[in-house]
Amino acid sequence: MSGRASATTHRSFVSYIDRTREFYAAQGYDRPYRWSRHADAPLASLTRPLAESRIALVTTASPWRDARGKPGSLRADKQVWSAPIDPPPTRLYTDDLSWDKEATHTEDVESFLPIAAVQALVRTGRVGALAPRFHGVPTDYSQRRTIEQDAPELLRRCHEDEVDIALLVPL
Amino acid sequence: MSLVARHLEADGIPTVVIGSARDIVEECGVARFLFSDFPLGNPCGAPYDRPMQQAIVGFALDLLESATLPRTTVQTPLRWGDDESWKERYARVDPEAAEALRRAGEARRAAQTRAKARGGSA
Repeated sequence: MSGRASATTHRSFVSYIDRTREFYAAQGYDRPYRWSRHADAPLASLTRPLAESRIALVTTASPWRDARGKPGSLRADKQVWSAPIDPPPTRLYTDDLSWDKEATHTEDVESFLPIAAVQALVRTGRVGALAPRFHGVPTDYSQRRTIEQDAPELLRRCHEDEVDIALLVPL
Repeated sequence: MSLVARHLEADGIPTVVIGSARDIVEECGVARFLFSDFPLGNPCGAPYDRPMQQAIVGFALDLLESATLPRTTVQTPLRWGDDESWKERYARVDPEAAEALRRAGEARRAAQTRAKARGGSA
């Protein structure tokens, strides 16, 4: 065996469920957010080789805007949205999402929406094609809205784009 | 986003989620999950690190082909760096911050109550 070994007494990855619960409890919110949990998960199989497949990219970011979002309104007026991959966006709006604003930044769109990285793999023949537009799905406290509105709308757009597979990247 | 992935899978579109919030994605349950053990914000690789970003998308495509069961999680072999203190700091409630957080929560609830009384939305 190679590689460095070490020891631990705790999970080595962050439990964001625990962290958010404790963070909001400290603010006096005594009813913790109930995260979605399922006993099983659907699995679709590839219908054709990757090299012949068209791929969709999906992000939780929003179109770039200079003005800050309304504080405390994660959803605000956000909807499923789409934009061309060419030219790729140079910035996307992420200030309203929960990511580690101390440890990193989101000024490099490729760090969360890998348009150029997928295009490079299209050029090598690893994957067939990238759909001409990418999609954005709002992060929502309401799982019902995600399930009843946003997911079906994204599916509709995926069919419209005739994609075979989807790569989804939540921030 | 995991709920959206499940919806696409149920309709026959294979998906892979690339993310850094492992417990949230795994509890929800998706078909294929590539876990980047990085601070939230850059699941596809450190900013401007093109070779790393390229590698991560490559791992995601490998996973699309290799998973035979749903809830397949693969962790990338990539590390954010030697300093992992971000894991301790993110949204951590330390004793000095506790009082400020409690007051912030109270202020927000009071503002929401006032907004409701006015008939508007907070």
